[in-house]
Amino acid sequence: MDDEIKLKEFETRLEAGEFIEPKDWMPERYRKQLVRMISQHAHSEVVGMLPEGNWITRAPNLRRKMALLAKVQDEAGHGLYLYSAAETLGVDRETLLDQLLSGQAKYSSIFNYPTLSWADIGIIGWLVDGAAIVNQTMLAKSSYGPYSRANLRICREENFHKKQGFEIVATLASGTEEQHRMVQDSVNRWWWPSLMMFGPPDKDSPNSEELSRWKVKLKSNDELRQRFVDLTVPQAKAVNLTLPDPDMKFNEETGSWDYGEINWDEFYQVIKGYGPMNRERLKVRKKAHEDGRWVREAAEAYAKKKRERSEV
Amino acid sequence: MTENFEDQWPMWEVFLQSKQGAPHEHAGSLHAPDPEMAIQNARDVYTRRNEAISIWVVPSAAITATSPSDAGPLFDPASDKIFRYPKFYSTPKGIRGV
Repeated sequence: MDDEIKLKEFETRLEAGEFIEPKDWMPERYRKQLVRMISQHAHSEVVGMLPEGNWITRAPNLRRKMALLAKVQDEAGHGLYLYSAAETLGVDRETLLDQLLSGQAKYSSIFNYPTLSWADIGIIGWLVDGAAIVNQTMLAKSSYGPYSRANLRICREENFHKKQGFEIVATLASGTEEQHRMVQDSVNRWWWPSLMMFGPPDKDSPNSEELSRWKVKLKSNDELRQRFVDLTVPQAKAVNLTLPDPDMKFNEETGSWDYGEINWDEFYQVIKGYGPMNRERLKVRKKAHEDGRWVREAAEAYAKKKRERSEV
Repeated sequence: MTENFEDQWPMWEVFLQSKQGAPHEHAGSLHAPDPEMAIQNARDVYTRRNEAISIWVVPSAAITATSPSDAGPLFDPASDKIFRYPKFYSTPKGIRGV
C-alpha cells in the first residue's frame, strides 16, 4: 500500500526532527488537524482584539493608549500570520472567514469574557498573553514549518504584550486602595479562565495523542498549565495580589504549585457558545465585516480600473 | 449581492530586506487586489518594528518551487563533489594567504 509506506516515511522524518513543509506528503488527518488548530488560533487573535479594543478610548493616559493600540494592531498581524500558515494547507481565506462568522469555528474560550474595568487590560496582558506565550513558545517548535515560523514571529512580538500588562498591574496594585481593589477584582475574574486557555486536562483531550505523536504539540495541556502556574504565582506575590484559589499550595516534592479544581463545566459551556460574550463577539465581527464591505469593493474597483487602463 | 472578494484578491508572498546589503527573506503572505495595496499591507503587517528597509511582493502564482519528491535526484549532483571545498586540497603549511 503506497500510503502506508508514505506514512512510515512521514513518521520517520518527524522522529528525525524534520519539518513538514506545504508541498510535502502528509496524512490527510495531519492536514485536517492542522487546518483546524491553526485556523482556531488565527480566529482567536482576531476576536482577541475586541475585549481590549473596548478600552482604547478610555485608556487613562496617552502612553497607555498608544501601548494598547500597538498591542491590538499586533493581534491583527498575528491573525494574518496564522491565516497565511493555514492557507498553505490548501484551505482558502474566504472559507475560514465564513466558518468564523457563521459561528461554526471555535476560538479560544478566554475571549468570551467581558473587560469590565481598566485593570482588566493589565490583567489580560499579564495572564492571558502570559498563558499564550507559554503555549506559543512550545508551538514555535511544531513540526509544520509555516506554523512553527508563524509562532516564532508571534513570540517575538508577544513579550511586549505581557510586559505592558504587568506594568499596568504593578502600578494599580501599588496605587490607591481603590486601584488595588480594582486590580484584585480583575485577577479574581480572569485567573480561572486563564488556566482554561490550556485546554481540557490531558485525559479528556481527544486530539492530544495524535497531535503529540506527530510533534504538532510538543508538551501536553497539563504540563503547560503547570508551567504557567509556577511562573505566575511568584509574580502575583511580588505585587501583593492574591490568586483566587484557596487550595493553592506549594508542593515540596515536585517543586511546583498544586492548584485547586478547575470548573470544567464552565469551560465546556463557554466553548459551546454560552459564555458571557460569545454572541456579542460574533455580532461585532459580523458588523465589522459588513461595515468594511465598501472598502473592499472600492479597492477592487480601483484595481480593476487600473488593470483595464494598462491593458488599453 | 454575492461577495466573492477572495476570488478577486490574489495571494502575494512578502520578502523583506532587513538592512543594507542583506538579501530579501521570505516573511509570509497576504491577500490584496493589486501590487500597491500588497506593499501597503505588507508594510502594515510585517514591518511594525523596523524589520525592513525594503519590501518585495510577488504574486504567489508567479513562484515556481521544487517539489520535495524531486529533491533527491535534483540535488544529488552536489553531494559527491568534495573538490568544491578548500579542504580537499593540500598545500605546504605555513604559507600566508593559502
